[in-house]
Amino acid sequence: MTLPQPPMSLLAELTHRCPLACPYCSNPLDLERKAAELDTAGWRRVLEQAAEMGVLQVHFSGGEPMARSDLVELVTLARKLNLYTNLITSGVLLDASKLEALDKAGLDHIQLSFQDVTTEGAERIGGLKGAQERKLKAARLIQESGIPMTLNFVVHRENVARIPQMFELARELKAGRVEIAHTQYYGWGLKNRDALLPSREQLEESTRSVEAERAKGGLAIDYVTPDYHADRPKPCMGGWGQRFVNISPSGRVLPCHAAEIIPNVTFPNVRDESLADIWNNSHLFNMFRGTEWMPEACRACDRREIDWGGCRCQALALTGDAANMDPVCSQSPFHEQIVKIADNNGVPKDTLFYRRF
Amino acid sequence: MSVTEDTVLSFARGHRLQQDRVRDLWLVQAPEKAFIIEGAAPHILGLVDGERTVGTIIEVLTEQFSAPREVISTDVLALLSDLTEKGVLRA
Repeated sequence: MTLPQPPMSLLAELTHRCPLACPYCSNPLDLERKAAELDTAGWRRVLEQAAEMGVLQVHFSGGEPMARSDLVELVTLARKLNLYTNLITSGVLLDASKLEALDKAGLDHIQLSFQDVTTEGAERIGGLKGAQERKLKAARLIQESGIPMTLNFVVHRENVARIPQMFELARELKAGRVEIAHTQYYGWGLKNRDALLPSREQLEESTRSVEAERAKGGLAIDYVTPDYHADRPKPCMGGWGQRFVNISPSGRVLPCHAAEIIPNVTFPNVRDESLADIWNNSHLFNMFRGTEWMPEACRACDRREIDWGGCRCQALALTGDAANMDPVCSQSPFHEQIVKIADNNGVPKDTLFYRRF
Repeated sequence: MSVTEDTVLSFARGHRLQQDRVRDLWLVQAPEKAFIIEGAAPHILGLVDGERTVGTIIEVLTEQFSAPREVISTDVLALLSDLTEKGVLRA
């Protein structure tokens, strides 16, 4: 058996702790507590093994990765190992001295999240008073430091109309890149789907706003759509176990951040085995790797190595079996179900379940 | 801006040239992506250091590869202009 290609990127979820409580958080519903987190030595070992395997970029994420007191130490080590270092942060814990330390450590890039452009909208989603002002302050500090910055906006029915203002803010703050990412419906997002899922009209309007901004030039734009309105599945994570590896705060190694919902499987942990062993040999990573596992219709499809069968976690969440076709695909026997959900959201629910331990 | 033989270029912050020993290739690391570079590009970019002029880079390569200067200079200017336009390099 030939070994799979090594992963390109590592998402290091250093902690699930976060001052914000966003109802679309991509962390699992069952959040890991501080006592369960890998210690500094554990994360150092992970970085060393990742670099040796051929990982190129490490994304320090969470929760809020700045809640970890060893972040600077880990960034320093990652840079020493020639890994490209990206910090994915809400910015609310960032101040001038912490930024200076990260800058000195060699941090390559910061992705700063905003929940909205209006204070009211942002703080309704983030659930933290004063957060917007702190984020704006953080953005200006980053701008002054010269560290390249991407602004990230997760969009949903409450803020989707303000995409043009999001671009304005990005230009004002001299961010080189903007990510407009429609909420993905897993974990907390799935729990809040009825309140967050945009209508088809809202989605079309948001796509037009993005295209108009792209035409102006001068700003790199990443645009992620919600696939409930689509009829072709997304190439989730670039294929299961092909490009990305995700490590949870307690050291569980996952093909994506939602994979912990997969039933009847052991989640391998960096405390027990090496990252390379897990990537190459674990049952979890080989379950849906490549095309062998696919239902017959997928194996016969000429898009099988384009979308890799879509998303396993979505198949599980909406059809009850992770090995089923992604219901986004119009050929899935469950496709009608997702169309119904997407079309029946004319009556929004405005009750939000906030992310809580 | 247009890149000429007098231009001095360096990598823009957040971008760097890197050898990938595991996959046996060269790449440019950039914000949230990495792209593979091939052929003469790694040699050319390896000489971009914020000190050499583009003209000096062309001369070094002309000597290294014993090829006509016009051929080298066309390739070098094309690559460096493209990457400057993309924000990977800056004057």
